[in-house]
Amino acid sequence: MVLLANSLTSPAIGLVFWTTIIFLMFFLILKKFAWKPILKAVKARDEMIKGSLASAEKARKEMARLQSDNEAILRKAREEREIILREARDIRDKLISEAKGKASEEAEKVVAKARAGIEREKIAALGEIRKQVATLSIEIASKLIGEKLEKSGEQEKLIDNYLKEIDFTKN
Amino acid sequence: MQFVKASLLFLLFTIIPAALTAQEEHGSHAGRAEEEFDASTFIMDHIADSHEWHILTRKNGESVAIYLPVILYSAEKGWDVFSSRQLAHGHEYKGYRLEEEGDNKGRIVSLNEDGTINEEAFLLDLSITKTVVGLLFSVIIGLWLFLSLSRSYKKTGISHPRGIQSFLEPIILFVRDDIAIPNLGEDKYEKYMSYLLTVFFFILLNNLMGLVPFPPPFGANVTGNIAVTMVLALFTFFITQINGSKSHWRHVFATPGVPVWLLPVMIPVEIIGLFSKPFALMVRLFANITAGHIIVLSLVCLIFIFKSLFVAPVSIAFVIFMDCLELLVAFLQTYVFTLLSALFISLAVKGEEEHH
Repeated sequence: MVLLANSLTSPAIGLVFWTTIIFLMFFLILKKFAWKPILKAVKARDEMIKGSLASAEKARKEMARLQSDNEAILRKAREEREIILREARDIRDKLISEAKGKASEEAEKVVAKARAGIEREKIAALGEIRKQVATLSIEIASKLIGEKLEKSGEQEKLIDNYLKEIDFTKN
Repeated sequence: MQFVKASLLFLLFTIIPAALTAQEEHGSHAGRAEEEFDASTFIMDHIADSHEWHILTRKNGESVAIYLPVILYSAEKGWDVFSSRQLAHGHEYKGYRLEEEGDNKGRIVSLNEDGTINEEAFLLDLSITKTVVGLLFSVIIGLWLFLSLSRSYKKTGISHPRGIQSFLEPIILFVRDDIAIPNLGEDKYEKYMSYLLTVFFFILLNNLMGLVPFPPPFGANVTGNIAVTMVLALFTFFITQINGSKSHWRHVFATPGVPVWLLPVMIPVEIIGLFSKPFALMVRLFANITAGHIIVLSLVCLIFIFKSLFVAPVSIAFVIFMDCLELLVAFLQTYVFTLLSALFISLAVKGEEEHH
């Protein structure tokens, strides 16, 4: 048993030699042709994933920023629209009230003018009537008297005085 | 790639006929089957390294084995290369004999003219033993796996892993993220990744191949051989010492905070500490794997000890259970060896500020 244990636990030189050579070979070949390219590829992939995640995060933030910008712009636009609308409404109201004022003024003016015209016509008509009445009166009087009254200045003056006594304004 | 396939085929076609022809010659040991079954010898024969790959012994005592090349160098006779078939069953060949009993069991000894062992003769045995063959095959499988993996990375570029990548990449990333980076740190781990990955897969492949009982090249007790674990531990040891920082050496020869009069005690203790770490690595892997093999073989031996077929179901159930456990141990010991290697390296590599 002891002997067997001995052969088990004492390393054989030949095996040490071969193990060293085989392991070294295995190590060197794998190092050059396997581990380096594999680790490089894995690392490149890791970095790409990390980079993509970072850029995705950046894009997300950018998006959020743009969105908030958009909202601000929209809000501002809405406000501006409100202001413009309000202004327009004000202007319209003002225009309407102005137009209304002007129109009534104009109407009043027209009415006043008309009234003045009527007054004037009335006076002219009254003058005309007076003249007619005078001639008619003379004719009537001459017929009544039977004599032809001379159209002297004295008679006319008399008629005028009579006419003046008659108040036309009463009829 | 083509080369690997060709070499595999070559080995397949050379080894199998060799094994089949082997049985014809050695029928002389008939009657061995009737001997009392010796479980401990049986188990030790399976665990120990040997110059032939024994497959089975027939009822008439013939053994079917793959005879592996023996490579010897002796100071007097120079190099000798021959098949271990020449030495089978205690035959002498060119003044050498493969001892089957006694102190040198399993070793080749140089003989004097009169047939006694020449103790003084310098004899270097560089034979391709069972363990070496197991090693070679696991390395070939490893190379095939990882070179094709590397090639597939060239093809897929940085897109998601597929095929063999999705199986092996998580293990590689495990070694990187759970063994190398936590111990060595983000800035230093890359330098040691190649070594840690190589050690990890070397041990893992050999552990797993050792668990498969049959056929050769599976079932060699590679990582349960102390020479193999010693070499691995020595690699870790040298990498640790070569990359040791100033503070690592100061710690050994002038431990900070220790009074000068204590240094004569502390320095030897620290130096022993340098060697005890790889020693622990060596023994841990060796003992764990060997113990697992011994338990499995013992359970199988129960059938022959009791000489009863009724023991077989119990035995087999236990063997299956133990194999599952050994599968776990295979991964666990791989992990532990790599983890401790990374830890020992990091302890030596890290500078002053990280040391305490």
